[in-house]
Amino acid sequence: MIRQLLSGDYPRSRALTVVLLLILAGLALAPFVFPGTRSLDVAAKVCVFILLVASYDLLLGYTGIVSFAHTMFFGIGAYGIAIAASRLGPTWGSLALGSLAALVCSALLSLLIGILSLRVKTIFFAMITLAVATFFAILASQLSGFTGGEDGLTYKLPELLLPGTKLFETPLFGVEINGKIVSYYVVFFGAAMLFLALLRVVNSPFGRVLQAIRENDFRAEAIGYRSVIYRSVANCVAALAASAAGILYALWLRYAGPDTTLSFDIMVDILLIVVIGGMGTMYGAVVGATLFVIAQNYLQDLMKLASDAAVGIPLLPNLVHPDRWLLWLGILFILSVYRFPAGIVGKLRAGK
Amino acid sequence: MSEQRSGEHPVLETHGLTIRFGGHVAVNQVSCAFHPGTLTAIVGPNGAGKTTYFNLISGQLRPTGGRVTLYGEDITDLPAPRRTRRGMGRAFQLTNLFPRLSVLENVRLAVQSHAGMGLNLFSVWDGHVELIERAEHCLHRVKLADRRDTLASALAHGDQRKLEVAILLALDPDLFMFDEPTAGMSADEVPAILELIHEIKNQGDKTILLVEHKMDVVRSLADRIIVLHQGELVADGEPAGVIASPIVRQAYLGLAGHE
Ligand SMILES: Nc1ncnc2c1ncn2[C@@H]1O[C@H](COP(=O)(O)OP(=O)(O)OP(=O)(O)O)[C@@H](O)[C@H]1O
Ligand SMILES: [Mg+2]
Repeated sequence: MIRQLLSGDYPRSRALTVVLLLILAGLALAPFVFPGTRSLDVAAKVCVFILLVASYDLLLGYTGIVSFAHTMFFGIGAYGIAIAASRLGPTWGSLALGSLAALVCSALLSLLIGILSLRVKTIFFAMITLAVATFFAILASQLSGFTGGEDGLTYKLPELLLPGTKLFETPLFGVEINGKIVSYYVVFFGAAMLFLALLRVVNSPFGRVLQAIRENDFRAEAIGYRSVIYRSVANCVAALAASAAGILYALWLRYAGPDTTLSFDIMVDILLIVVIGGMGTMYGAVVGATLFVIAQNYLQDLMKLASDAAVGIPLLPNLVHPDRWLLWLGILFILSVYRFPAGIVGKLRAGK
Repeated sequence: MSEQRSGEHPVLETHGLTIRFGGHVAVNQVSCAFHPGTLTAIVGPNGAGKTTYFNLISGQLRPTGGRVTLYGEDITDLPAPRRTRRGMGRAFQLTNLFPRLSVLENVRLAVQSHAGMGLNLFSVWDGHVELIERAEHCLHRVKLADRRDTLASALAHGDQRKLEVAILLALDPDLFMFDEPTAGMSADEVPAILELIHEIKNQGDKTILLVEHKMDVVRSLADRIIVLHQGELVADGEPAGVIASPIVRQAYLGLAGHE
C-alpha cells in the first residue's frame, strides 16, 4: 500500500522520514493545530508550492532541462479559474471549464515549445522559455479587459468554498468548519495526490529514461530513445502539474494576478527551493517549499522583533531590519548551497 | 564482394557512402553489402575511417553523399534511435555509458528500450521483473553479474568495456556492430568476449560487423575482411586472401605493425 503510494521511492533516511511525516501531519491538521487566517494561508501556499516545485524538479532534477516558463504554466492555471469564474459566474461548471481550458492550453503550449526547441542546447532552450514567458506576462498585463491587467482578477467561488459558509452548527475541536477550511482541504488533497502522481512518473519506466537522457543523451539515443520526444513529454507533464498548482492556488486566493503567479520573482523562488531541497529527489520539493514559504512569511516578523530589541546598538537594528529579509534569505541560500550541494534531502540521506 | 552469398538479400548495404569534414574526406565512396549470418571484420590503420563508417551506418553522423539501406529500405535520413528500433545495435569504441547510473540500470534501460516500454508513465519501473531478469542475464553473459549495483563510472576500464557489450546484447539486435570491443581489456578478459561474439555468430541469423586490430582475432572469427585506408575501401574478401594481399601488407599491416 505505502509502496504503491510512494512508487517504491522511500525517503531512505530516518531523519528525512521524520521530517516528512512532521510536514505531512502539520499540513493535514493545519486548520486545527494552526488556526488563524494567516497561518492557514501559509499552509495552503506550502501545499501549492510543494506541487509547483516538484513539477519543476521533474524538469530540472530528473531531465536536466532548464526552463524559465514554469510560472507561465502556473499562471495559465490560475487565470483559467479566474477568467472562468469572473466571466461565467461562480458555478462548479465554470470552474471545471476553466480548469479544462487551462490544462489543454498548457499541454498544447508546452508540447509546441518542446517540439520546436528541445532539440537545441540547454542554454538556448532556457533563453527561449524566458522569452516566451516574458511575452506571456506582457500579454497578460496588456489584455486588461480580459485578465484585469496589473490589478488581476478577484472573483467569487461556489458557495461551498466561501468563508461565510458554515458546514456544521457546532465547531469541531474548537474550530468552526467553514468554506475556507473546505477550500484548504481541496488544496491539500489536490496537491498531495498530484505530488504522488509525479512521484510515480519519475519512478516509471519513462522516468528512468529521463534520467538516462540527463546522464548521456547521446547514448540514450543510441539505445533507441528519441530524446526530443521524451523531453517534450516531460515538459508537458511538468506544465500540466504547474497549471494544476495554479488552479489550486486560484481556488484558495480567490484572486489571480501577475504578482501571485506570473512574476519572475516566483520563478527565482522555485529555482531556489529546488536547489535548497535537493534536485532530482522529489522529496526535496516538500522540505524546500515548506522551509522557504515559512521563512518568507515569518522571517520578516522575526527580524522585526530582533530589530526592535536591538534598538540603541549601532548598525545592528539596520542589519536586521525587516526590509533586509531578502538579503538574509540570499545569505541562507548561499550557505546552504555551499554546505549541502546535494540539497537538504541529499544531506539527510548521506547521514542516513 | 562476397559473391557466394549474392543469392540472399543483404541485411545492410552502403552505396557510395561519403562524408567530409571540411576538406578532409573521412569516408570516401564506400559501397558494401553485408549478409545475414556473416561476421565481417573491418580493418585499417588508425584514422582510416572505421569508426566514422560505423557512425554513418548507425546514424550518429549524416553522410555528405551516398546512401545506407537496411533490408533494402533507405534509412539514410533516419535518426539513430529509429535505426536501433529497427534492429541495429552498436557498441562504442570509446566507452559511452550512463556514468551515474548502476551497472544493472545501464543494461536494463537497453532492455526496456527493446521492449518498447519507454513511454510507460504510470507503472513502477521495478515492477517489471522480466526486464530486470533479462538485464541480469546479459550481465551474466559478459561476466559482470557481481558488479550489478556498482555505478558505471566506478568500474575498472575493462569492466566498462564489458558493460558496453552487455548493453549491446540487451538490445538483441539483428545487426551487431562492435568497435574494437576488446581494446583496453586485460589479456585474461579478452577470451570471454571473443567467445561471446562467437556464440552470437553461431546463432546463424545475426549479422556482425567487427572493427578489430588484432589479426589473430580477425583470422579466427571473420568470414570476410574489408580494409579501409584513408577512407576508401581498398580490399574485400576471404580472410586468408586479404591478409596475404600486397596492398594490405603495405597499407595496413606494414605500417601499423600489428603482425
Ligand atoms: N566529427 C569529426 N570531425 C572532424 N573530423 C573527424 C570527425 N570524426 C572523425 N574525424 C576524422 O576522420 C578520420 C577517421 O577517423 P575514425 O575515428 O573514423 O578512424 P578509425 O579508423 O576509427 O581509427 P582508430 O583505429 O584510431 O579508431 C580521422 O582523421 C579523424 O580525425
Ligand atoms: Mg575507431
